Amino acid sequence: MSELTELGIAAIRDGVAKGDFTATEVAGAFNAAVAEANPALNAFIVTTPDHALAAAAKVDAARSSGQPLGKLAGVPIGMKDLFATEGVQTTAASHILEGFIPPYESAVSQKLWDAGAGMLGKLNLDQFAMGSSNETSAFGNVISPWRATGDTAARAPGGSSGGSSSAVAARIAAAATGTDTGGSIRQPAAFTGISGIKPTYGRCSRWGIVAFASSLDQAGPMARDVTDCAIMLEAMAGFDPKDSTSLDLPVPEWSTQLSDDLKGLKVGIPREYRLDGLNADVAKSWDDGIAWLKDAGAQVVDISLPHTRYALPTYYIIAPAEASSNLARYDGVRYGLRELPEGAGLQDMYAATRAAGFGPEVKRRILIGTYVLSAGFYDAYYTQAQKVRTLIARDFENAFKEVDVILTPTAPTSAFALGEKTSDPLEMYLNDVFSVPASLAGLPAMSVPAGLDAAGLPLGLHLIGRPFDEQGVLNAGLAIERRAGFAAKPAKWW
Amino acid sequence: MSVAPADVAKIATLARIKVTEAEVSAMVPELNGILAWVEQLGEVDVTGVEPMTAVIPNHLRLRADVVGADPLTGGDIRDKVLANAPAPEHGFFGVPKVIE
Repeated sequence: MSELTELGIAAIRDGVAKGDFTATEVAGAFNAAVAEANPALNAFIVTTPDHALAAAAKVDAARSSGQPLGKLAGVPIGMKDLFATEGVQTTAASHILEGFIPPYESAVSQKLWDAGAGMLGKLNLDQFAMGSSNETSAFGNVISPWRATGDTAARAPGGSSGGSSSAVAARIAAAATGTDTGGSIRQPAAFTGISGIKPTYGRCSRWGIVAFASSLDQAGPMARDVTDCAIMLEAMAGFDPKDSTSLDLPVPEWSTQLSDDLKGLKVGIPREYRLDGLNADVAKSWDDGIAWLKDAGAQVVDISLPHTRYALPTYYIIAPAEASSNLARYDGVRYGLRELPEGAGLQDMYAATRAAGFGPEVKRRILIGTYVLSAGFYDAYYTQAQKVRTLIARDFENAFKEVDVILTPTAPTSAFALGEKTSDPLEMYLNDVFSVPASLAGLPAMSVPAGLDAAGLPLGLHLIGRPFDEQGVLNAGLAIERRAGFAAKPAKWW
Repeated sequence: MSVAPADVAKIATLARIKVTEAEVSAMVPELNGILAWVEQLGEVDVTGVEPMTAVIPNHLRLRADVVGADPLTGGDIRDKVLANAPAPEHGFFGVPKVIE
């Protein structure tokens, strides 16, 4: 049954519906694959084989009694451990939430279960989604299933959705949820040769997702291909009155409207993204992407996004500011860790709890956020960053008067080795240079695999669309997918 | 602008994170590196530019003023609310004494 784990969402759903195999067989195959691989990859913080089997049994029963099946009927997925799951520990990969058992289900995960998906387990991530390599988790690094040619060094699966990318790439989950604040779906997807889309801000409810930076956080799917992303996003998206920033719009049937015919489409190539000293393999894959989109009928247009270079510093003010506020709730009173030194008062308890519970990167960002919001510095840092954010969004607005979709690389390099970038926080931040601008502007954006670099590691191409135009992004992604013919898989070493 | 050890200690107090002197010493250059880097935003001309507070135009909604209209966010779930508390006492969140 091991070949069942080679299947993605559409193939599993259709195979279950036709009766080629049962959902229970699929869940069993993935549960076994997870049990075998997880000690090596550390992609899951907890595994929930019973959840996957129970969801599968429901689907099989529904099918035999002739009831209609959901969009994801019989599909076992991984759930990033940032989504609250009722009765299953939810930690955001932080000690401060270790042992936290949510009494409720997040809106997005509930929608996925309602669509017939089952949960293989809770996926590891960078602590509170703060990181680009999955090295800030309190539950250990996630290892990418990919290795460079002739090298056994452990590679980063990207971050923060590193458990998600590692599990999908290793074929131990049919798909996974991710969340994206500055690139946390797209960069890990690029590092591991899979697809992932961050929809327009507000498409997916944030209710029940552990908050990092609320004006940026968006959930999205990470899957084997563009079609699977489209199907899963349909199941995840939708209006939710419990999230005040949820978009009250119907969810399009993206998957049934997919088309790689791009005749009449204009694709923008932003000249500011052609950085000095851009990695040659990355530059070549970008050129390949341009050629593929032309081949699909698109017209390629040179555009300018003049404030691009300010996007990262803007992000590293706004995201920590929002994080310092959001993470104030971890106080040792209502849930999670409590550190109560002998004779400590309330204030001492707060400080001791937060010192013991948060990892170094989380503390760093809380301190930066506290500083930029503090009296005397607020206008110089925070207000200034909010104004520059307006200019960055305006750059995109202007560009989208001329073009329909924008093509860039997803990340400046392929996956680096674990430990390579941990000594300097700034160097790690620079990894998000291509993904952060679209986050600041709330735009839909996706990464699709484009090929392998000279070291045999995957490279991704990044498509950015107009607000609400996930279809345009998915279609351009499909055009690249069909022409790139990316079929490489990590060789199994675990 | 740059921070000195006393500034870092003050920020940590504001953020309610206990830090040791060694941690403060390690953080000073890290935070200064990041602050020096974000300082480049100061060179952007933002005359007449409104700060962005909402990235996608949306309006804030009011829910119906009915307690428990949505059972997921309604009341009457004291035990569920307390289930994850580190020190629940008599149906309340227990905390160290705050009045001397």
